[in-house]
Amino acid sequence: MFKDKACIVGVGETPFCRKPGSGLSEMGIQLKAAVAALEDAGLKAAQIDGILPFPNVGKAEAFAASLGCENLRFAATLHMGGAAPVGSLRMAAMAVTSGAADYVMVPGGWNGYSGARVRETAATDVNSIPGGEIARDFYMPFGLTAPPQWYALMARRHMHEYGTTAEQFGAVALAMRKHAQLNPAALMHGKPLTMDDYLASPMIASPYRLLDCCVETDGAAAFIVTTVERARDLRQKPVYIMGAAAGQPYPADEITNRADFHRTGLTNAAPEAFRIAGVTPADADFAQIYDCFTFEVIQQLEEAGFCKRGEGGAFVENGGIELGGRLPVNTHGGLLSQAHVLGIAHVVEAVRQLRGEAGARQVADAEIGVVTGWGDFGDGSIAVLRR
Amino acid sequence: MSEQATPNDKPMPALTGLHGQFYAWCRDRELRFQRCTRCGRHRHVPREICAHCSSMEWEWSRSSGRGTVFTWTEVVRALHPAFGAATPYAPVVVEMEEGVRLLSRVVDCPPDALQIGMPVEVDFQQISDGLTLPVFRRAAVAP
Ligand SMILES: [Zn+2]
Repeated sequence: MFKDKACIVGVGETPFCRKPGSGLSEMGIQLKAAVAALEDAGLKAAQIDGILPFPNVGKAEAFAASLGCENLRFAATLHMGGAAPVGSLRMAAMAVTSGAADYVMVPGGWNGYSGARVRETAATDVNSIPGGEIARDFYMPFGLTAPPQWYALMARRHMHEYGTTAEQFGAVALAMRKHAQLNPAALMHGKPLTMDDYLASPMIASPYRLLDCCVETDGAAAFIVTTVERARDLRQKPVYIMGAAAGQPYPADEITNRADFHRTGLTNAAPEAFRIAGVTPADADFAQIYDCFTFEVIQQLEEAGFCKRGEGGAFVENGGIELGGRLPVNTHGGLLSQAHVLGIAHVVEAVRQLRGEAGARQVADAEIGVVTGWGDFGDGSIAVLRR
Repeated sequence: MSEQATPNDKPMPALTGLHGQFYAWCRDRELRFQRCTRCGRHRHVPREICAHCSSMEWEWSRSSGRGTVFTWTEVVRALHPAFGAATPYAPVVVEMEEGVRLLSRVVDCPPDALQIGMPVEVDFQQISDGLTLPVFRRAAVAP
């Protein structure tokens, strides 16, 4: 088992932007982040022998050829959408502790604003959407075509069963935006948000308003995993991987026919990750929760065990997930207010917090942090990290 | 069907394989789900094998057509070019009496009048010569 034997030794990010676009290709922007992660770690590209790219934005072979990784021997892509980076973190830990690779790079990024927009790719490439032919034949003819619509079905049901409110969704949006005010790199830095602003934002796919949705971004990020032994020779204090797991809802390829409509990949993955780590959700000093839309934060807090199912709305209210609250969530501003770089920035932020490098948004004496990923029709991944 | 109601760039199901068989029944104005002939369970979407008992023996079993609204979303801003003129509209998940759920629309109910638990019954909307979609209408409250 990889518990405390693997660690994150390097992180890198590009600047995040919308207009006028990054000016780089999708591969170019990811290579920029990869080089930044190598520099952070004090590693040469030639030492990277494992690469786990994000689905549909680049192949390991191309990364290796571009960077000069002549000894690539471990390459794979997890097809879990936004759950892929944290799932890849776990796979990287397994790889380096088993000897399948020495140094594993997990890159990801895109021109999510200036390039092909997620909401448009489904129109042209059915294989790019989860469910594939199921979505093509049974969802899209009825106009269910894009992520906020899929997840809105879940959010509506949660509101119905547990009384979760629009204001509670708003509390998530406000917390992310508040944190972004402390992060100069965030797209929404300098743009504070009130509950009135949130409630007045136009409906997109009810119950989701515009401000329930993440910010489409040009940007990239990357991190590097190795063993604790190899980390001793490197530049940074390692961030240890205490536990990690991934999981799928059932069925994973079809949203509507789930016996337990709220059971997601995280429902089973989180107890596994905490058991491996030997800690409980209450031990976390912060959590970086994949926040493609506001309700997904509430849902994941519940399914990860930070509160009981149905209590997530109350958990996020009254500053509960803000810095200074019971569990600071997405201290960088998240996908909602920092940038949407596919969830990799959530790992980067966790590392910065555990290194004590988070500046104005630093969680005092942060020792243990949790990172989650959410993707496709509810795939989940989670890692428990410590300094 | 009016031409206007069927812009040809709307996404269409592929009418092949088991999916095609499902829609072939719809073209005959029948809603049918696969029913495992070993354990008797219905399933949707179509699959080759029963996930409960692993039997590959099944039949197309006619649905009562009755169900209730399980959840929905009102799409106010279309996120697919073909649906831009259709907003607002509401994809609805209907839970059928047979226990399966399917994604459809309730065609005679404005989105803001939808309610979870609302009884609905199947109807059919011909899109083209080859394709008819199963849709729903409001039904009287079940006895
Ligand atoms: Zn069966």
